Order: sequence, then C-alpha cells, then structure tokens
Amino acid sequence: MRTEKGIFYNIDWGLVLIYFLLVSIGLINIYAAVYNEEHGSILDFSQRYGKQVIWISSSFTLAIFILMIDPKLFSAFSFVFYGASMLLLIAVLLIGKTVSGSKSWIDLGGFDLQPSEFAKIAVNLAVAKYLSALNIRMEDMRTKITTMAIIGFPALLILLQDDTGSALVFSAFIFVLYREGLSGNILIILALIIVLFVVTLMVNKFVIVGLLFIAALFWFTMIKKNRKDIITLIGLFMLVAGFVMAVDYVFNNVLEAHQQERINVLIGKEVDLKGAGYNVNQSKIAIGSGRFIGKGFLHGTQTKFNFVPEQSTDFIFCTVGEEYGFVGSVIVIGLFIGLFYRLLNAAERQRSAFARIYGYGVASILFIHFVINIGMTLGLAPVIGIPLPFFSYGGSSLWAFTILLFIFVKMDAYRLQLL
Amino acid sequence: MAQAVYSERKFVVISIFIVAGFLFILRLFYIQIIDDSYLLSSNSNVRRHIPQYPARGLIYDRNGKLMVYNEATYDLMITPRLVKNIDTLELCRLIGIDLITFRDRILKAKEYSTYRSSVFEKQISKEAYGYLEEKLYKYPGFYVQPRTLRKYVKPSAAHTMGYIGEVSPLTCENNAYYKSGDYIGISGIEKSYETELRGIKGARIIMVDVFNREKGSFRNGKYDTVAVMGQSLYTTLDADLQEYGEMLMKNKRGSIVAIEPATGEILSLVSCPTYDPNLLVGRMRAHNYGELLKDSLKPLFNRAQMAQYPPGSTFKLVHALIGLEEGVLFPSTRYGCSMGYSFGSIHVGCHNHPAPVDLLQSIAISCNSYYCNVFRTLLDNNSVSNTSSGYQKWRDYALGFGFGSKFSTDLPNILGGFIPKNEYFDKYFGKNRWKFLTIISLSIGQGEILATPLQLANLSATIANRGYYVTPHIVKYVGDSKKAETRFSQVHKTKISKQNFEIVVEGMYQVVEAGTARAYKMDSLHVCGKTGTAQNPHGKDHSIFIAFAPKDNPKIAISVIVENAGFGATWAAPIAMLMIEKYLLKRINRPDVQERMITGSLIHEN
Repeated sequence: MRTEKGIFYNIDWGLVLIYFLLVSIGLINIYAAVYNEEHGSILDFSQRYGKQVIWISSSFTLAIFILMIDPKLFSAFSFVFYGASMLLLIAVLLIGKTVSGSKSWIDLGGFDLQPSEFAKIAVNLAVAKYLSALNIRMEDMRTKITTMAIIGFPALLILLQDDTGSALVFSAFIFVLYREGLSGNILIILALIIVLFVVTLMVNKFVIVGLLFIAALFWFTMIKKNRKDIITLIGLFMLVAGFVMAVDYVFNNVLEAHQQERINVLIGKEVDLKGAGYNVNQSKIAIGSGRFIGKGFLHGTQTKFNFVPEQSTDFIFCTVGEEYGFVGSVIVIGLFIGLFYRLLNAAERQRSAFARIYGYGVASILFIHFVINIGMTLGLAPVIGIPLPFFSYGGSSLWAFTILLFIFVKMDAYRLQLL
Repeated sequence: MAQAVYSERKFVVISIFIVAGFLFILRLFYIQIIDDSYLLSSNSNVRRHIPQYPARGLIYDRNGKLMVYNEATYDLMITPRLVKNIDTLELCRLIGIDLITFRDRILKAKEYSTYRSSVFEKQISKEAYGYLEEKLYKYPGFYVQPRTLRKYVKPSAAHTMGYIGEVSPLTCENNAYYKSGDYIGISGIEKSYETELRGIKGARIIMVDVFNREKGSFRNGKYDTVAVMGQSLYTTLDADLQEYGEMLMKNKRGSIVAIEPATGEILSLVSCPTYDPNLLVGRMRAHNYGELLKDSLKPLFNRAQMAQYPPGSTFKLVHALIGLEEGVLFPSTRYGCSMGYSFGSIHVGCHNHPAPVDLLQSIAISCNSYYCNVFRTLLDNNSVSNTSSGYQKWRDYALGFGFGSKFSTDLPNILGGFIPKNEYFDKYFGKNRWKFLTIISLSIGQGEILATPLQLANLSATIANRGYYVTPHIVKYVGDSKKAETRFSQVHKTKISKQNFEIVVEGMYQVVEAGTARAYKMDSLHVCGKTGTAQNPHGKDHSIFIAFAPKDNPKIAISVIVENAGFGATWAAPIAMLMIEKYLLKRINRPDVQERMITGSLIHEN
C-alpha cells in the first residue's frame, strides 16, 4: 500500500538532526586540522575542507535520493547488492590501488572508491534479509553458519586487502545476532577470550598455564568426582591452556612486526614514543592539552602543526579534544551515544524484522567505528585505521555512512505503512 | 515470535553502548582535567623560546665620560637541514676559513641538530658582515644573529673593568639565567656588577611544526618579552686621571691608587704593566689571553689590589699614631740615632741625618731608630703586662686602618695583606719566646707585615680624614636614575683621636716641605706625604709614596708603588705629585718631571 505523502513524511528528524550536527562539527574540525592560511576559504577545493564540503553536499543529495526510493526495493535487492559488493571487493584485489599499506581502493579517475566501506551496507542488508525470513531461527546451527558465512566472506576479502581495521568492523554484527537470539553466553565467552588474550600477551604463558592448573585442582576438590565432571574439567583446562599457547604462538609467529608493536604499545609492554607509540602519544598530548574548554578554534597546535598524524581522517577526534577540550569532547561523545540510543529505539519499534535487524546493524556498525576510533585516540584501543563516522575526512566513508543511515531512516519512516 | 522473546535484549545492547561512552568520558576526564603533563608536552612540542640578548650596560667615569660601550657583531648561524646548493668556496672566503674547517663545522652542526640552528662562525666583524649580508641570500640555511661586543673608548683601566667571556658549564648548571653560549663577566667590575650590567634577556616565543619549521610567533607575540638593556654603571674613576696614571707608569712595574678621602671613591686604579682591554674581546680573546698569560711581566696581574708589599716607612705613620694614642709618644719625644738602632747584635740601619729628632722631624726625614724606639715602647711599657699583649693591642689599632683583611667592596679579586696574629709568632718562635727585638723589623714596616697598594692609599685617606675611612669602592651610581651605591657609605673609625692625627698630618706636611720629598714641593698646593722603601729580597727595593692634598679638606689620597725603583723619593713621590697636580690643578707645572717619569723605564732593571 503506497501513499503519496512526500519524501519527508514521518521521518525521524532527531536522527537527521544528529547526523547533520556530526557532519557539520566534523567539517569544522577538518578545517581546523588542515587549516592553511594561504587557502583560508572553507570552499577552497584544493584543500581537504573544500573537498569535504563537496562530499557533504553530495551526501545530502544521496540522502534525499534514498528517501525517494521505495523502501521495499532495499529488501528485494538485498542479495543483489551483496553480490555486487562482493564482486567489487574481489575486483579491488585484482585492480586495486594501494594507499598506506592497504590495497583497498579503486581509482575511478580522480576519485578513489573504497568498496569495503560500501560492503558494510550490503552485508547489513543481506544479514537483515536472511535473518528476517520466516523460517529462520537463530537457534539453528544452519542459521548460525550461514550468517557467519555472509559476514565472514567479505571480512576475509578485506583482510586480504591488508585492511585489518575494516575487517574488524564486521564483528559489530555480534550485537545484531545477539538481539536476534544468539546465546548471551557467546558474548560473555567472547569477552573472556579477549581478556585471556590480553593477559596472555602481558604475562608469561607458562605462568598463566600454571595458574590455570592450580585453579583446575582447586575446582577438582569442589566437585562431585563423577566421570562426566572430571572429563569436562580436564577438557576445559586443555581448551583454555591450548588457547593461551595458541595466542602466544600466533602473536609471535603470525602477526607482523608492526601489529605486534601496536599491541605491545597498547598493553603498555612497550614504550616507544618515537616509533610505534608516537601516534598515540601525540594524540593523547593533543587531547590532554585541551584541558577543560580547549585551546579554541584554529589554536590547536598539536593538530595544526602536524604533530598528530592523519589528523583529518583517523585522528580527527584529536582536534575536538585539543580545540574544544573536555566540554567539546563530551558533547561529541554525547551526540554519538544519543545517535545510537535513538537508532536502537527506532529499530525496536519496527514492524518488520528486516527493518529491525537492519537498524541494529546500523547502530552496531557505527558503534564499532566509534569505539575503535576514539579508543585509539585515547590510547585505549590499538591503532587501527578506521574512520570516525560522519567526522573523518573522506568521500567513500561519508557516502557509505550516509547511505547506511538513511536507508534506515527511510525504512523507519515507512514503518507505519506496513501492515 | 523471536521478536517478542528477545526484545528486552535491547537494554543489554544499549547498556553496553552507554558504558563504552561513559568509559571514554572518564578517560577524557583523566587526561584532560587531572593529568596536566599533556599540556606541558604540547607546549614543549610546539614552542621555542628564542633568546633576545640585551646589550650590556655602559660604563662611565665619575664625570659621565663614556669608558666602555658595545659594538654590534654578528654570529653566523646554520640550520643544517636547510643548507643546499651553496657555493662553499665563496662562503669560506667571505668568512675567512678553509674548506676543512668548513666541513668540520658542518659536521659539528649536524651532530648537534639538523633542525635547530647553531653558531657556525662567531663574531663576524662589521666589515665582514657588510660583504656577507649582500650574499647571504645565496646561502639557504645560514642566517646572521646580532650580538654585542665590549668596546673601550681608551685602552685604559683594563684590570678594573675586567672582561667578559662565555659562561662556564658549571655556572650554566647552577644558575638558571645562563644558557650555554651566553656571556658573563669574568673579572673586574664586569664580574662584580654582572647582574646589573647584563640586563634582562628577552624571549621571542615562536611556534614550530613537527619538522621544527617556524610557524610564526606564539599568540602574535603576546607572551614575548623584550630584552632589557643592562644598567649603566657610573664608576668613581676619573678617566683622565686613570689614563694619565697609566702613562706615567709606562714601562714600570707597580701601581697607583688614588681615593677621594671623604667618600672612599677610587679615582684611579693603575696596575702596570697593563694591557689594552680591547684585546680580550671578540674572536681573538682566547689567543690574546694566552699570550698575556705567558708574558713574563704578568700584565694580567692586578698589582693595585693583589700585590702585597711590606709597607716600609709609610707604616711609621701608623706607629706614630698608635704611640700618640697610647700615650707612650708625644710630639716632643726625642730619640737619638747613630746611623740606626742597635741592641746587642741587632742593628737597624738608618741614613745620615742630624740627631736626635722629635716626632715631626722623625716623619719628615723618616728616621728608622726613632720608630724602633716607638715600637719598643708600644710592646714593652708599663701599661701592658708583656710583649704579647702589647702586640695584641698594637695589632688591633693596625686593623682599624683596614690592614690585614680584605675590604668587602665591589672590586673582585682583592687581597688583604698580612698583619700577623700573636699565634703566628707563637708558632714561629714559641709561646713567650718572642719580644720586641724578635720582631723589630715591623718598626719600619718590614718583616712579616704586608699591605696592598689599595690599603696604603686607604691609609693615606684615613690620615687625610683625620681618623676614619670609607671602604674604597669603584662604582658611584648604578643605572641612569643615578641610584647611589649606598653599600659603602659607612664610616670606619680608627681608635685614634683626631688631635693625634693632626700631629701626624703636620709631620707628613713636613715630608714634602722639608723632608724626604722636598724636591717635589709645590707652591700652589699643600701636599702631605710619606716616602717608603720596601726591601725586596729578590732585587732592588720598591719605591713607595703615599700622599694626600690639599692638607686641609683633602680631595685626593694616593699611594704609588714602583717596583725595583729604589728610594720612595726617586720614582714614587714624583709620580704621586704629578697625579695630585693633574687631579687638583688640571695642569702640570713641571713638565720636566713629567717627561722624566714617562720616559723612565725600569722594566729591565732588577
């Protein structure tokens, strides 16, 4: 049933407003980060801020275009988008261009397209489509495996591009799957695995295995000594000990030197302020030196004088921290959390499972970017080059995030027209 | 339906998201509000303090005549990273160095830093700078930093002015004001008035980017500080008199110290041989300093305040004053003299003169035996129980004249002479094993006692003042507001009454009128003086003369010592007389004496 109510009918203006604020604040900070006195106009298209103005206005156009589309098409063409996206990811591996170590760009004559950014939308659509089918139950092993495959395949292709950061983003779907019925234990186990992973890297593996053994003995005295329990206990001990040994092995023999360094710096095992730790240290200096209200617009020395690397893309949050201080940083974080909160609430009110799952996907993908990106600038997450949504300089990512968000805005606006 | 079953999981997901945001805010609170080390790191990343060197204060004489000023000089600075495609040979020629030196210096500069600038060539003269400046555009990475160098109007008062040089690493460490490469006063008043003269360094705060490229001034120079020029010093010296004294002492070893008695202001402080202070300035300083150090005549040695001589007969005045005050001596007291004083095997010689003499005559003709008697009565008389306590009493009087200890004044590196303590003799001869005859040489200012020319001039000033002195000092005012140096206005009184001084003054007047210095008597001026001859175990006696004039209301007190020049009357007296003439009358009535003094060379006699 279609009505002719105009493209802005029933859209969630709150979401649109937060989007608009984030994009605008982002632009101001890009302007400050790469400010060049000889090209002071924000519309100087030779500078990044000038270009970002172009990306932003084209994103607005895209947003309006999406609002004009019949939302049924997203659902209908989900797998088509997914297929096309996978083809692009494969194409990148063949004809892609390498920028700062990652072969993830396709040169379209003056404009570099990063297919991995768009793959997030396609995967989100595909997951939503797959899981919203009537006969699908999350509890089924078959469902789990298929979902894993839908998510894992593009992640693998992106890993092959040497773009670990973008691949990591796909872990966001754990929240979606959890919402759709994946056991909560898996979330807990995942968290435990991460803790064990970090501890393994920080402490000698034999010490950990020793401690685990003592814990196992202690546990052994507590349980009823029937055969099943003993086997479970031994199995569990072997599993965990094996994991510890495996992590140690993988870290030392599989990860590349720069990845090892980044992780070592993060867990504080290595302090190398001139080498691997330089970025994070300078980033913390930038943010920390902003104090309560910041140094003021264009007065951020850390970012303006290039002490912070990648200050308009991955480390854009440094400019916020430096020029607007604690107040500005909290406002930006608040805007993001507000966005997530609103998105999840909006997802929950959907009548169609497809729209709900897609909405969860949007919130989760944005959240993972937010956590890793800001965590990195604050020295809480490893240096992984992924953009801060709506903030970082870059056409592909801004377009992709805009499309990702506005598809949901459209679905949400359309929700009452579903029976 | 699955939807219904799991919808409460929304809260778990939302909670996770909110907790993450909350953790970030906590982290931000910690690094932005609690830990302020990031702000410091940020400032040290970006700000560079470029010191702005102030010019040192100027030095004037007592009449406002300029003595020391500054001349602009230029340090050629290098920033190795920016150096490219330069004509090495031409640059070498312009600053006068060879290619090997050039390469060494480039390497040294690179070793220091490729981004930061360091001195490539120090103190380029104005002339060389003229040529260099025109071509500097051809040498990227080089720039010129102006500094100032000391310059002396006349090549005089070298010892008093002292010199400046690069600050030592030790000083840098202990004093936060100084940075390596700064200049500091090393001797003379450049040293003692360093804080006044140096001014206040300014700083231009610039911002640099990650490659140390200058990115303009910090907050438009709002926090820059301007260098404040050092304060001017108005010394007590009379530049003309100083110069005249140096001329008279040419080719002689010795010193002249002239003091204004009422104020303790030093009018001239001549130490010869001296050197041209311009030698210890600029690029040749180290070389010239080495040469001066090697010179057998020790031109760097400041005789006026560091040489210690037996005061000779000038010290008879001190004995006479103490004797009068102690009541063991009266103007009418007469002692005989038969070519000296003899007691047993001990004999102190004297020259041929009519005897016996009274007090005034004893001063006028400088009778040795008279003072042996005076000193004996001081050590061995009824009022003192033994020699030691007599000596103790005598010594206390002597110290009251400023002998035996350093003046605490604004001249650095002064010595205090020597008036032995009782313990000194106790140790040397044994307790109670010494008496007058053991130390009889002290009667005539010989033996263990030593005094500096400055102390002798002060003795003269003390007598001129009839009983007190003001610590001799060299600076009258600090700064252009003419803030008077009040540190030295305190009057030091001797323990001897004014009347007794009048008697000795009369004796000194007789020295010039009819005594040992009568040859230099002036009709227009009443001068009081006293000759002295310091025995010198290493060669010919040192000629000493102390004097003041006019007799009433004296304006100048002086001591002159000419080493290895014989009797006090031969060299020291005429030089002192000429100085007094020059200062009080501003003209010389006896050009023949002046001529003899200037041309006389005693430097090779020994």
